[in-house]
Amino acid sequence: MNDLLIKNGRVIDPANGVDGQFDLLIEKGKISAVKKKISDGSRKIIDAKGKWVAPGLIDIHTHFREPGYEYKETIETGARSAAVGGFTSVACMANTNPVNDCGSVTEFILDKAKSALVNVHPIGAVTRGLKGEALADIGEMAQLGVAALSDDGKCIMNGSVLRAAMEYASMFGLTIMEHADDSAISQNGSLNEGEVSSDLGLTGAPAIAEDVITARDISIAEYCKAPIHFCHVSTAGCVQLIRHAKDRGVRVTAEAAPHHFSITEDACRGYNTNAKMAPPLRTDSDVTAIIEGLSDGAIDCIASDHAPHSLFEKEVEFDNAAFGIVGLETSLGLSMALVHGGHMTPAKLIEAMSYKPAGIIGIDRGTLKPGAVADVTIIDPGLEWTVDPSKFKSKGRNTPFAGRELKGKAIYTIVKGKVVSKC
Amino acid sequence: MAEQDLYHRHLISMTDLSSSDIGQIIETAKVMKAISERDVKKTPTLRGRTVINFFTEPSTRTRTSFEIAGKRLSADVINISAAGSSLSKGESLKDMVYNLDAMKPDMLVVRSGFAGVPSMMTEWIECPVVNAGDGRHEHPSQCLLDLMTIQEKKERLEGLKVSIIGDILNSRVAKSNMIAMRKVGMSVTACGPATLLPVNIEKIADKVTSSLDEAVDGADVIMALRVQTERLERIGFPNVREYSKLFGLGLERMKKAKKEALVLHPGPINQGVEISPEVAEGPWSVILDQVTNGVAVRMAILYLLLGGGLQINE
Ligand SMILES: [Zn+2]
Repeated sequence: MNDLLIKNGRVIDPANGVDGQFDLLIEKGKISAVKKKISDGSRKIIDAKGKWVAPGLIDIHTHFREPGYEYKETIETGARSAAVGGFTSVACMANTNPVNDCGSVTEFILDKAKSALVNVHPIGAVTRGLKGEALADIGEMAQLGVAALSDDGKCIMNGSVLRAAMEYASMFGLTIMEHADDSAISQNGSLNEGEVSSDLGLTGAPAIAEDVITARDISIAEYCKAPIHFCHVSTAGCVQLIRHAKDRGVRVTAEAAPHHFSITEDACRGYNTNAKMAPPLRTDSDVTAIIEGLSDGAIDCIASDHAPHSLFEKEVEFDNAAFGIVGLETSLGLSMALVHGGHMTPAKLIEAMSYKPAGIIGIDRGTLKPGAVADVTIIDPGLEWTVDPSKFKSKGRNTPFAGRELKGKAIYTIVKGKVVSKC
Repeated sequence: MAEQDLYHRHLISMTDLSSSDIGQIIETAKVMKAISERDVKKTPTLRGRTVINFFTEPSTRTRTSFEIAGKRLSADVINISAAGSSLSKGESLKDMVYNLDAMKPDMLVVRSGFAGVPSMMTEWIECPVVNAGDGRHEHPSQCLLDLMTIQEKKERLEGLKVSIIGDILNSRVAKSNMIAMRKVGMSVTACGPATLLPVNIEKIADKVTSSLDEAVDGADVIMALRVQTERLERIGFPNVREYSKLFGLGLERMKKAKKEALVLHPGPINQGVEISPEVAEGPWSVILDQVTNGVAVRMAILYLLLGGGLQINE
C-alpha cells in the first residue's frame, strides 16, 4: 500500500514527449498511469500544483569515496546527499582505495548500495590501479553489473591502451568515460592557465591539455567504432570538437558540470581552494561555449563530479589542496539558472539530467512511461534558497557556492515509489 | 598415383593454392601417412636431395616434424638455427641465403619471426622455399595438416562450420586457415576478444563474434588458438584468468557443441587457459592426430615440390 498519487503537477517527461499538466499514479513501485485526472481513492496524495514532476534525476559522475576514504564520504552519506539534491540514480567513480578494478571491489560497492537511499551504480576502472597500463578485470566487473568504465581523476595517457580498452569494453556494451587531460601539458597546474594563474603566481593548466586528449579520443573512437564519453567538458575547444564529431556520426557523448557553466577562474582569486578542481574553472568564453553546447545538444548531460573532501584537505596551500567540490546538492539549483536565463527549456534541462544520462550508462531509467520503475523528482522551479554548506547531507563542505542564492529545488525525491527526501 | 602436378615452385601462402591443390596435397599426405605406419618408416624417394631447415625463430615441433618428414623420404636434412648461424655474427640475411644457395640445396624450409622472410628468400635462392611460419603472416603446413585431420575425421571439408577461437590478430595459423577453409567451402566463424581480432576481420571470416557460446554452438570444428602472451604488442585482455573465463574451451562450454564436433589446437597448449585438460584430452580432441598428420603433410609437401614422381608407389 505504498501507492502514491501526484496531482496537478506539470509532468515533464522528455523521453515520451510529455510536457503538460497531468496526474501521475504510482502503484507497487511502478508508474501505473499518467492521465489528466486520476481519482483520489484512499491513496497518499501529493499536490504538485505549480511544480514540475520529472523522471528521477540521474548523475553519472560522483565520487562516493568508499571503500578507502570513508572520512570524505560513504555510499550511505553520498546517497543521502543525492536524494536531497533530487537524484534517484547516481554512478560512482572507481578511484577508491582499493580501486574498483576487479570483481571483489565491485561486489563490495554493490553490497553497500543495497541499503543506500538511491540507486548507486559502480563504475569500473579501465586500467588496473588506474595506472593506465594493464586493463582492469573488465569482463568480470561487467558481469557483476558496472555501469561504465572510467579512470576518472586520471587520463588514459597511452593511446594504445585506450584503444584496447575501447575494443575490449565494446564486447560488454560498456562506454569509457574519459577524464581528458594531457598530464604532460597540464603539468601540476592547479587552476586554469591564464590571467588569474599569472596574477596569483600559480602554475596553470592550459585548455589545450583537455583539447588535445579530446581530439585524440575522438579519432580513436571513430576508428574503433566504439563509444567514448567525455567527463566534465570545460573548454570551448572541446565543445567544438565534440560537436563536429557528432555531426559526422562518431559515437561520442559528453557531460558538463554545473560549476563549469556557472563560474570562472576568477573564483580562485584570494587562493580560494574551494574553487580548485580538475579540470579547472575556465574563462567567460568557455562558460558561454558550454551553455551553447548544452542548449544545442553538443553536450548531452549535466553531471556534478561530486567530489567531497575533508576540511584538512582544502585548508592548505592552493598548490597542495585537493581537487573538487561537493556537487549533488547544488547541481539542480545551479542548472535551473539555464532555464531561468532562457538558455534551455524545462524539458531540455530535465532530459539532460535524466533521460540522456540514463542512456549513456545504459540504465533503464529516466522515463515516466507507465510500467517504468517509479523514480520521480518533484521540483519547485521558483523556490529561492541559499546554499549553506553546514546543512549538506554530504560529509564534504567544500563548495565555492556557499551563500549563493539559487532558484529552483527538488522538493520530493521518490525512489521505486518511496519518498526518500522532501523539503 | 599420378606424377606430381603441383606446379608451384614454393609454398609461401595459402592464397597461392587452389582448392584442388589442397585436395592433392591431402591425398598425397594420406599415402605418406601409410609409410609412417610401417615398421621401416623410410622410402628412398628423395635420396640424394638436400633439405635445409632454416629456423630463425625457436620451434621444436615444426622443425622436428619437417626433419622427420625429410628423413623418412631419405633426404639429407640440415638444421640451421638462428643462434648457431652467422646471422648472430651480424651477417645479413641476404648474404646468408646467397651462401646457402652456393651450396646447392634442393629445398629451403624457413621459419622466421618476421613476416615476409620466406617470400623474400625466393628471390635469393634457386631451390623451392617452404614457409614454416613467418611472423604474423602465414603457416601453410600447419593449415594443411589441420585440413587433412578434419578431412580424415569428417570425410569432407565442404559445408563444414568451423569456429576459430582466440588471438586471431597474432595467429598465422588462423590466417592461413581462414584463407584455405573458405577456399574449400567451409564457413569460418572468428571468435576472440575484440582487441585480438584484425581490423578487416569481417572480410576474412564469414561470421565474427566475441561470444564463445555462440561460436561453439553448432560448430563442426572448433579450433582453439594458443594465447601468445609473448607476442602481444597491445594489451589484449586483463589477465589469463579473465581470458579463460571468457574464451577458455572447458567442459561446460562443450555442452553447447555438437557431440561429434572436432577440437583442434595448433599447440603448444596453455593448459587451463585457452583449453581445459578435460577438453584437450576429451572425446572431441584430435590434437595428437594433428601432430601425426603434420609429418605426413610435410612429407607430401617435400615430395610434391621436389618432384618425387612415381617412385612413391613402388
Ligand atoms: Zn574527472
